[in-house]
Amino acid sequence: MAAEVEETLKRIQSHKGVFGTIVVNSEGIPIKTTMDNTSTVQYAGLVSQLADKARSVVRDLDPTNDLTFLRVRTKKHEIMLAPDKDYILIVIQNPSD
Amino acid sequence: MDQLQYIYSKRRKEFGKKCCFKRNKTSLLVSIPANPEYFRSHYILTNPVDTETQTMGGDYSECDQVNTARPEFEERGMNHFEGGWPKDLNAADPEQTLRFRKKIEKDEKYIHTILQLSHAVEHCILQNNALDIYETYFEPDDSCMQAEPLSAKGLNVFQDPCQLKRPVHHISWAPDGGTRIAVSHCSLIFQQATQVDLSSQTYIWHIEKPNNPDLTLRPPSPIVCLEYNQKDPNILISGFYDGRVACWDTRKGPEPVEMSPLEPSHRDPVHRTLWMNSKTGTEFFSASSDGQIMWWDTRKLSEPSEVLILDPIKGQEQSLNRALGAISLEYEHTIPTRFMVGTEMGVVFNCNRKGKTPPEKIVCQYNAHLGSVNALQRNPAFVKNFLSIGDWSAKIWSEDVRESCIISTGYGPWQLTDGCWSPTKFSVFYTTREDGCLDAWDLLQQRHKSVLNVKVCDVPLRSIRMQEQGQMVAIGGDNGTTYLYQVSDQLVVPQKNDKPMFTEMLDRETRREKIVEARKREKRVKGKVKGDENRHGSQAKAQETLTFEEIKEDAQICEAERHFLEAVQSEEQKKAAAAAPEESSEEASK
Repeated sequence: MAAEVEETLKRIQSHKGVFGTIVVNSEGIPIKTTMDNTSTVQYAGLVSQLADKARSVVRDLDPTNDLTFLRVRTKKHEIMLAPDKDYILIVIQNPSD
Repeated sequence: MDQLQYIYSKRRKEFGKKCCFKRNKTSLLVSIPANPEYFRSHYILTNPVDTETQTMGGDYSECDQVNTARPEFEERGMNHFEGGWPKDLNAADPEQTLRFRKKIEKDEKYIHTILQLSHAVEHCILQNNALDIYETYFEPDDSCMQAEPLSAKGLNVFQDPCQLKRPVHHISWAPDGGTRIAVSHCSLIFQQATQVDLSSQTYIWHIEKPNNPDLTLRPPSPIVCLEYNQKDPNILISGFYDGRVACWDTRKGPEPVEMSPLEPSHRDPVHRTLWMNSKTGTEFFSASSDGQIMWWDTRKLSEPSEVLILDPIKGQEQSLNRALGAISLEYEHTIPTRFMVGTEMGVVFNCNRKGKTPPEKIVCQYNAHLGSVNALQRNPAFVKNFLSIGDWSAKIWSEDVRESCIISTGYGPWQLTDGCWSPTKFSVFYTTREDGCLDAWDLLQQRHKSVLNVKVCDVPLRSIRMQEQGQMVAIGGDNGTTYLYQVSDQLVVPQKNDKPMFTEMLDRETRREKIVEARKREKRVKGKVKGDENRHGSQAKAQETLTFEEIKEDAQICEAERHFLEAVQSEEQKKAAAAAPEESSEEASK
């Protein structure tokens, strides 16, 4: 099972344009990362806050609703976060152009 | 019991007499001092006692506000330095952190979660790779005109504060960014002012305060026209109903600073006064229906510096009897020596101030309208073309073409009283009608009717003035009310190819008129020549009128036709203004 996870993450990393994958736990500790330490820690901390805020927005608007995915498009790349109860999967991709 | 009764006798006839009370000095009747001994022996204290109190006074102070120490808030970003490692773990120790990580990776939940999340993420990644959904599909297209209908929005209404409403005759915008308008009220009906005792006050309004005028001016006689000095927002000049002119300063109060005396001034109401371009900035000239144009200097209003009589017949002597009364004046600051006068008889004079003799001053005349020429204005961008408003139509002229106008709107159902060009968009002009409507015409869109028609009020509108930014327009009506309208952006913002298209249109029309003029002249000359031949008894050519075939063969006409067809083709190719179909009908009728 652990091997599957490894394989999945490796597959994600190998997609075109992806330059980083991070798995963060609910306390902000980066579990798995393909980037350098400083950026990882930065992303981990900042992104968790963003995900929490987004989730609270969604739930405030409709308590039965929940956040499934968050995409932040910036000038240089796109940050995709898939939040869960305990972990957050972050992927940074440079889109096709 | 005895003490409570007092028996007295009274005569019956004295019954019912009024009691006569007498005022007595105050006197102490009896004084009973307190005797504490007595109380102590005869009374006891009650305990408990019910009393009322108020919770104030003494130790209790009234406070209606309680303030806690205010915490200070500050927005700050947080620099995440290191993750939230468990307390027993030493974050600096790589081995421990690694072990921790490995432990989590083995967790069942971790595996499950990651597998789930990766599905979603992969989907998005692949989506991104397949199609760039955020690319700009449309360039910011400024030239694309929103197809919203043209409109004019009423912003404010300024009513004549006097009891008896007098018609608004003239409006002038202040040069300080267009926040004030000076409105002159005057009834031009002969001697109505004296009959009905109309007040002669005029007002300066601030456009955002319609309830009270900013300043009230009190002239001795009703003001017919009022004009701000474009360089100094405090100075105004005015022309009176009795023919005098005056200079005002808004800082000095409601009385005019200086007035011209009655004798050297005009003999009829002064219809227009305009500032001239001069070094001192104090010169202006006035026009009146007595047929005279006078030049004045504000420093010396005792007599005009120059007088011109509008005599249409060019002779040595300028006679006031033959002079035509002037109704409107036109002066363009970029052409300082020339000006134009519109008269009551429908003739427009193009004059040059620098002429040495009076006949030289009047350069040429245009027979503009059937009635009086109510307004004259040069196009702010194309100074060789001017707009004249009178009788039932609005006409656009080119200075070079004297016989007829180059563009005319055709006779409408109502008389037009005033008009002006839009200061920002060159092909747009506005006219006001006797039925209280405001018309906006855009020559590049359609020429036979207006693009916007707004019913402002039920009484005839007398004057219109655009603000220099081109968006707001002030209109004055016969009921003494001034309306402030804002027109939609399409009539204000010029498009990129406006100027070349309009130039082309004006050139084309001018050329057409010139050709018509040349043809007419030729015909006249030919007719005269033929007349001479007839008189001399030589071979009489019966036909003085050219047949249609001859017309068709004529070289000039062929040339013109060719030009025209070429122009039409090129225009069709460019998909230019829709004036081409009208052109063909006018050309064919030649």
